[in-house]
Amino acid sequence: MAKIPNEELIKAISDKFDTQVTVVGEPYELLTVETGRETIIDLLTFLKTDPALKFIFLTDITGIHYPEQEKPIGVIYHLHSLTTNTRIRIKVFLADADVHIPTATVLWDGANWMERETYDLFGVLFDGHPDLRRILNVDDMTAFPMRKEFPLEDPNRVDKKDFYFGR
Amino acid sequence: MQNHPVYTDNDPQNELSTLNLGPTHPATHGVFQNVLQLDGERIVSGVSTIGYIHRAFEKIAEHRPFYQITPLTDRLNYCSSPINNMGWHMTVEKLLNIQIPKRVDYLRVIVMELARISDHIICNGVLGVDTGAFTGFLYMMEHREAIYEIYEEVCGSRLTTNIGRIGGFERNFNSRAFDKLRAFLKNFPKTLKEFESLFNRNRIFVDRTRDVAAVSAETALSYSWTGPLLRAAGVDYDVRAMNPYSSYEDFEFEVPVGDNGDVYNRFLVRNEEMWQSLRIIEQALAKLDKEPSDIFHADVPEFYLPPKEEVYNNMEALIYHFKIVMGEIPTPTTEVYHSVEGANGELGFYLVNDGGRSPYRLHFRRPSFINYQMYAPMSRGMLLSDAIINMSSLNVIAGELDA
Repeated sequence: MAKIPNEELIKAISDKFDTQVTVVGEPYELLTVETGRETIIDLLTFLKTDPALKFIFLTDITGIHYPEQEKPIGVIYHLHSLTTNTRIRIKVFLADADVHIPTATVLWDGANWMERETYDLFGVLFDGHPDLRRILNVDDMTAFPMRKEFPLEDPNRVDKKDFYFGR
Repeated sequence: MQNHPVYTDNDPQNELSTLNLGPTHPATHGVFQNVLQLDGERIVSGVSTIGYIHRAFEKIAEHRPFYQITPLTDRLNYCSSPINNMGWHMTVEKLLNIQIPKRVDYLRVIVMELARISDHIICNGVLGVDTGAFTGFLYMMEHREAIYEIYEEVCGSRLTTNIGRIGGFERNFNSRAFDKLRAFLKNFPKTLKEFESLFNRNRIFVDRTRDVAAVSAETALSYSWTGPLLRAAGVDYDVRAMNPYSSYEDFEFEVPVGDNGDVYNRFLVRNEEMWQSLRIIEQALAKLDKEPSDIFHADVPEFYLPPKEEVYNNMEALIYHFKIVMGEIPTPTTEVYHSVEGANGELGFYLVNDGGRSPYRLHFRRPSFINYQMYAPMSRGMLLSDAIINMSSLNVIAGELDA
């Protein structure tokens, strides 16, 4: 089957979700929509089960951090419809003090580790996740290292301070 | 004081034993751990632990210019690093809307298919080792060496290749590279054929792998599996065929598909992919003859690092070199997702750019990471010896698992 045109995709989504889903853009022909955490599971379920769309394949879940925004933490989903070869990107932004979002493991088993990784690196709490633990970093770590406030280099290290070398 | 195991009743038959498979064990092929509960030799449950060599590549990438991220991608799947390099270059080229000459595309296809072959050589060879047959591994290793020598002619390094530049290659392929490539194309099919006849109908091998760890297409899709694992389960999803990049649409090749997704099927799918890769390389060589032989990069001086010699002797090159290194050339503020067919699945690069010299956010969709998460659930009820073979057939590369 041919690729679903973005206009058709937008129409199918807006018919169902009205204003709850907004279109952000189509960078490099990949439709990007934004929604809230109340709608995300409904939207994912709709995209996965709708007989015309069939976005059955979860390519990726990841996060992003924009510290200057009102809702700084973003969760980004990439879905792929293998029958029509169409991709879609979905973004959900969360407030800093309230980084809860429902888990997508109810739809895809593969979301488990992707969400654990997003939790590990950004601190996003996936409600209802069966096993939300750190995955790449050590368990007793307190920071979420991919957030922008954590610099690449340890600010406490002194071996590069000119002061200690008489410079 | 010693902790004694808690017995559910007095019958020692009900006692479960805990086995740490890994972090370092020859059969785990990398640094990752599985804590298994065993009832005799049967696995009752398991928990996977990863992250032992997590190196924060995504964080480092946020602090580096685009052209310096290539060495990071080398270290993802280090058995086929050129595919990662090319995938990254193509992502940046997609971001910057750079048109690539056909000859560069074909050269890239050759390098990527060689990388796929070398990766499959290791995976299938090691699968043989884990079933007790060391011969196949040794036979094939000679040809992996031949592939590494081709890389060496092209870029000077062997394992972590850092091959190519944004826009093309650092230098043109020399005649020795083509000689070695032709020699490889001549010698390898014979060995591959022998390898297949050694294993495909081998009674011990078939008994050990047939119907072991069989995965249905639904389960594989639900776990977001890609690559040979998904194809062995019967889904013909191949990024090369579905979203052709780097002129893959110009080549004729078949996507091998298995029927029940067991270890044997994965082995066969990988073997067949090697044949298809050879076929693609032959076609690419034929197409190369029709292209001008002096083009090896796109004409994008704003983004292609000029050769050092020109930097010293040519004012234009010096200016562009300075601008590229200092990040003074504006890049679009947008986001791009690009994926290539890595040796063990869809390798995706999600790049969010804010117009600066380094990405605002870069995420690697690493096939090993996503494929491996099913290992513990699918091992339940399996024999320990089958779980070992299952692990080698998943082709999990620790560098890609942890990133």
